[in-house]
Amino acid sequence: MSKGILGKKLGMTQVFTAEGQVIPVTVIEAGPNVVLQKKNNEVDGYESVQLGYDDKKATRAVKPEEGHAKKANTTPKRFVREIRGMEGFEVGQEIKADLFAEGEKVDVTGTSKGKGFAGSIKRHNHSRGPMAHGSRYHRGPGSMGSIAANRVFKGMKLPGRMGTAKVTVQNLEVVKVDTERNLLLVKGAIPGPNNGYVLVKSTVKSGQ
Amino acid sequence: MNQIIREITKEHLKADIPAFRPGDTVKVHLKVIEGQRERIQVFEGVVIKRRGSGVSETFTVRKISYGVGVERTLPLNSPKIDKIEVVRYGKVRRAKLYYLRSRVGKAARIKEIRR
Repeated sequence: MSKGILGKKLGMTQVFTAEGQVIPVTVIEAGPNVVLQKKNNEVDGYESVQLGYDDKKATRAVKPEEGHAKKANTTPKRFVREIRGMEGFEVGQEIKADLFAEGEKVDVTGTSKGKGFAGSIKRHNHSRGPMAHGSRYHRGPGSMGSIAANRVFKGMKLPGRMGTAKVTVQNLEVVKVDTERNLLLVKGAIPGPNNGYVLVKSTVKSGQ
Repeated sequence: MNQIIREITKEHLKADIPAFRPGDTVKVHLKVIEGQRERIQVFEGVVIKRRGSGVSETFTVRKISYGVGVERTLPLNSPKIDKIEVVRYGKVRRAKLYYLRSRVGKAARIKEIRR
């Protein structure tokens, strides 16, 4: 059974283990989430649980949203996501950070930071040309491929917009759960800026 | 820094750290675990830098051991540190004393001040 929670990345810091080892952690404010809807096989064709996190300003909410939230006896939410395969939750139920325990492995999904129009070195990890000895080729995209085709093939790695994409980091360890403040401390970095919304799910990796 | 992050790292901060700056000579009492036994090892030298803030602040101590310069960088709030003693206050004019690395003997001395 998979389970998940919506949250907000607060930033990174470090904690010490009892042996004095330093662990880099990302602090995630996880919840309180509200179950807005339950989807089932009969009506929707699949089973999932829809979660909502962070209250929306009343002036920003539209009527359909208000009605949808009212069914769960709550207010419209800013961040709404569905999680498949999550069982044992009722509409209107509140989910908090204690959904996860210390030592569990999770996958964290977020929207990565935008890098703007980036060259192929930054965007696709290309190598650069020699900087000296009159090479005159420093950070270019390289060959466009065969000349016989008289065109450039689709999917060629070229400069363009980078970042602001959905990124998942898998198999991160939950170092600590703070039930009082609803915080999850996850080992390592996660995508997105501070105060960005993230989805924390139990990992798909088999080691768990 | 985020207020919540400051609060959750508070429990890792030590209260008994003496005030010391780059240029000061300190004795760092380190907990060393050998098999089952735990003992204290003292590392004495000149502080050549302090960097960072909060729980991630670190400092570097440099000493000359058997004619070889040895530097140890430690997190200020590390549980491995039993205590820090300030032996001597030095008078220096910069925050990072990297210039000590290229100096030996008399040239590597630091003037003492009474604080």
